Amino acid sequence: MSELEYMIEMNNVNKWYGDFHVLKDVNLKVKKGEKIVICGPSGSGKSTTIRCMNRLEQFQEGQIVINGLELTEDVKRIREIRTHVGMVFQHFNLFPHLSILENLILAPTWVSKKPRNEAIETAMHYLERVKIAEQAHKYPNQLSGGQQQRVAIARCLCNNPEIMLFDEPTSALDPEMIGEVLDVMVELADEGITMVCVTHEMGFAKKVADRVIFMDAGQIVEENTPTEFFENPQSDRLKLFLEQILDH
Amino acid sequence: MAIYETKQARPAPSGTKGLVHWLKENLFSDITSSILTILSFILLYITIPPLLDWMIFDATWSGTKEEITKDGARWIFIYEKFNQFIYGFYPEEQYWRPNLVLAIFILYTIGFRNINNTLARAFIIISFPIISVVLLYGGFGLEIIPTTKWGGLLLTIVVAAVGIIVSFPIGIIFALGRQSNMPIIRTISVMYIEFIRGVPLITLLFMSSVILPLFFPENMDFDKLLRALIGITLFQAAYIAEVIRGGLQAIPKGQYEAADSIGLNYWQTMGLIILPQALKISIPNIVGSFISLFKDTTLVLIIGLFDVLAMVTLTSTDPNWLGFETEGYVFVTFIYWVICFSMSKYAKSIEEKFNTDHK
Amino acid sequence: MKKIKKEPQENVAFYNNPEKRAIIYQILALAGIFIFTYFILNNMFINIEKRGINTGFDFLSSEAGFGIVQSLIEYDESNSHGKVFIVGLLNTILVSAIGIFFASILGLLIGIGRLSKNFMISKLCMVYVETFRNIPILLQILFWYNVVLASLPSPRQSINYFDSIFFNNRGLYIPKPILESGFIAVIIAFILAVIACAYLVKWARKKHDETGEEFPVAWTSIAILIAAPTLVFFVSGTPATLEYAQLKGFNFTGGWTLIPELLALAFALSIYTATYIAEAVRAGIEAVPKGQKEAAHALGLKEHIILKKVVLPQALRVIIPPVINQYLNLTKNSSLATAIGYPELVTIFAGTSLNQVGQAIEIILMTMAVYLTISIVISIIMNYINEKIKIKER
Repeated sequence: MSELEYMIEMNNVNKWYGDFHVLKDVNLKVKKGEKIVICGPSGSGKSTTIRCMNRLEQFQEGQIVINGLELTEDVKRIREIRTHVGMVFQHFNLFPHLSILENLILAPTWVSKKPRNEAIETAMHYLERVKIAEQAHKYPNQLSGGQQQRVAIARCLCNNPEIMLFDEPTSALDPEMIGEVLDVMVELADEGITMVCVTHEMGFAKKVADRVIFMDAGQIVEENTPTEFFENPQSDRLKLFLEQILDH
Repeated sequence: MAIYETKQARPAPSGTKGLVHWLKENLFSDITSSILTILSFILLYITIPPLLDWMIFDATWSGTKEEITKDGARWIFIYEKFNQFIYGFYPEEQYWRPNLVLAIFILYTIGFRNINNTLARAFIIISFPIISVVLLYGGFGLEIIPTTKWGGLLLTIVVAAVGIIVSFPIGIIFALGRQSNMPIIRTISVMYIEFIRGVPLITLLFMSSVILPLFFPENMDFDKLLRALIGITLFQAAYIAEVIRGGLQAIPKGQYEAADSIGLNYWQTMGLIILPQALKISIPNIVGSFISLFKDTTLVLIIGLFDVLAMVTLTSTDPNWLGFETEGYVFVTFIYWVICFSMSKYAKSIEEKFNTDHK
Repeated sequence: MKKIKKEPQENVAFYNNPEKRAIIYQILALAGIFIFTYFILNNMFINIEKRGINTGFDFLSSEAGFGIVQSLIEYDESNSHGKVFIVGLLNTILVSAIGIFFASILGLLIGIGRLSKNFMISKLCMVYVETFRNIPILLQILFWYNVVLASLPSPRQSINYFDSIFFNNRGLYIPKPILESGFIAVIIAFILAVIACAYLVKWARKKHDETGEEFPVAWTSIAILIAAPTLVFFVSGTPATLEYAQLKGFNFTGGWTLIPELLALAFALSIYTATYIAEAVRAGIEAVPKGQKEAAHALGLKEHIILKKVVLPQALRVIIPPVINQYLNLTKNSSLATAIGYPELVTIFAGTSLNQVGQAIEIILMTMAVYLTISIVISIIMNYINEKIKIKER
């Protein structure tokens, strides 16, 4: 079996909300183990792009292939693809009525059909990885934002995804908690997982990313290595954007 | 590394928009949806045309009773009995009096909104009840029309208006009482509110119409309408108290602390700082409570008052017009539905205005 | 370090001391209430004596002297007012239970329908809610009674379903099951089936914990609950017969009669209360943040698991308290039966009995006490349940 060339392939993806052209001919190919950071002004379509990858958003034209599987309308196919892709949300989206442990074992027991004991073992393993094992029996609203986001990351990992998508994971956190979440993401990156991360955290991008992509008005405008991206922006729009975010 | 040329926005492909696409998404997205859509249309087909036929196309809109040929609603009954539906037994030559009250109300409302002078507003608020009572009831040279002659929509509006207006300050008192630190005051308030809310309105109306006269010296003659008004007002006060309590609970503790720190006493704090905010937040729910009260005024027919709903039964027992209840009920349903629906739309529009306000 | 001498407090006038003032206010309030109560009670006793009305609860054992159209227990005119109270109470419970049952089902369907992606269904449900919510319940009751049910044909021309169910302006006539002694076996079978289902649920959960496999518990339980009693029923020689309503002369005898008053009240209460239940259901489901479903989908969970494990638990916490409140409202609204003469508690006890006996105070207070008790008990239970299922926060 030949190795897949790309984990994620987006070919000429176009999306409209009504008549509004939201994604314009987006072409993106991500190799296995690659780490991509996408940034851009709000409304540029960056969140929409990664949400298309696990079908939280639909697209009208183009093709998306995840881990060799084409993303179609078929419900079973979509569910299968979602087991390969984990998503971390800006607002964590932990299930407040379940304990941390129950949050983590929900998918393994009901999707991968793992026995409960196995699922708990895996869950505790990942909770230790993100350094929050002692909170296993607490409830999400009893934890701080940073703790909740680390739990959210652990929840994804319990499904053993090959790809991790991050949708502005630290934007809703208080400043002092951003670090603990980024640390976990850096560790993950070091272990070789394929990552696509929408974020404004430039330090993280410089440390971890193989490529940084700039999106504006629904299309990819520029992509480059982190150093080149931040120090030698080529397009005018990127120059303007960097000025705006680095100004403070 | 790469930079890309700017792409132009294109219009959405034809298969993803337009009427056909909308139909597919919203009416026929899958088998279940398609079946439901078809069933809905069948349902509409069997109910709407016959209903319209009865109400409009086959209805008798003019002429005399003897000339009725069509099968539909005989609206001439409503024309015939219209005055009774609206004014009850009020003497026809005195109709100008309730009409004048209505006109003054509209004038006052417009005036209240547009004139910002506090004195003028106070004048409006104080003079209106006095003027309306005198005009409707009598005195000062006007012939006295006893309340037993009040009926129909006139009576419904009187009961609703008095209920709403008088219950409001009482409700505020009980809401404040329930929040109070003084245990006795709080207990009295809680007991009152929970008692009233735990029993059906009809039992309260029975109580006020049968038991209330027993509480007072025998020679005090208790007007029947007055008894009903007392029952309705006490009832509504408890419900309004709960609505206002909800608003009070939404006020952050910091407001009380700020008022304390500038030296305001309890009544000043409540009157100037807390209540204005609490009432403003509660307006949608207050209007909701008023709508319920308006619907509840129908219960007075059970204790022998002739509100607009009672007029339906009454008018259809006229030996010349037997068997016209259906038209009567439909007419009254229409009146209530229009009024209640308008009030609820008004409440919703205020709520929406708030949601944009606070952001 | 210079010691700071503590200044003795100036004597604060006792009426300025907030604690003392609070006490004074409360004493005044109590005094006011006592004086007022004394005043009205005094007048009350004077008036009662003048009118020759008795006091006390002896009337409860005196003969009532009037018939009641529908009663769940044996009753005739020679029974006491106390029995009238019981009959009325049972009828209140009957119509409230029927109303609650149908209102819940209808409200649930309409509430879910409001959220449907199908345009027709969601609009039709909206029209339903907006129509019936804005018409007073009393008007709806009178409409059903005086317009719809009154226009049904007379018994001789009843609407006929399968020659066993008859619908006319005197009521709805359905066959009455006559249970023979052997029927007890069917009841036992049903109880055993319920127990079996409880064990099935437990077993299925254990199996899922150990192997991750799902078992269709819901369908199997329904099958058992239906199949087991039915099987026993036929095996033991069908120990039940139906007594059909028969048209004799101008009217029906036999079978079960559901009087038009009951039907009108039940229809109106169900349809009206369903609008509020529908809104509560809709609000509860909408209250679950969109992100919850997204996260659940992103994890690859199937729709029915998402509903069962993520959406419903959160939605129900928001739905249940207002729905219970609506059940209470429905029970209170059943008192409007007075307007059409359905013999529930208010109509026959606070109505006919009161007219006979004249002791308004005792009777009305007893009636109010019934509703108050129901309200308070439900309230306490609700508070307890809410505390237990509260989502834990910091």
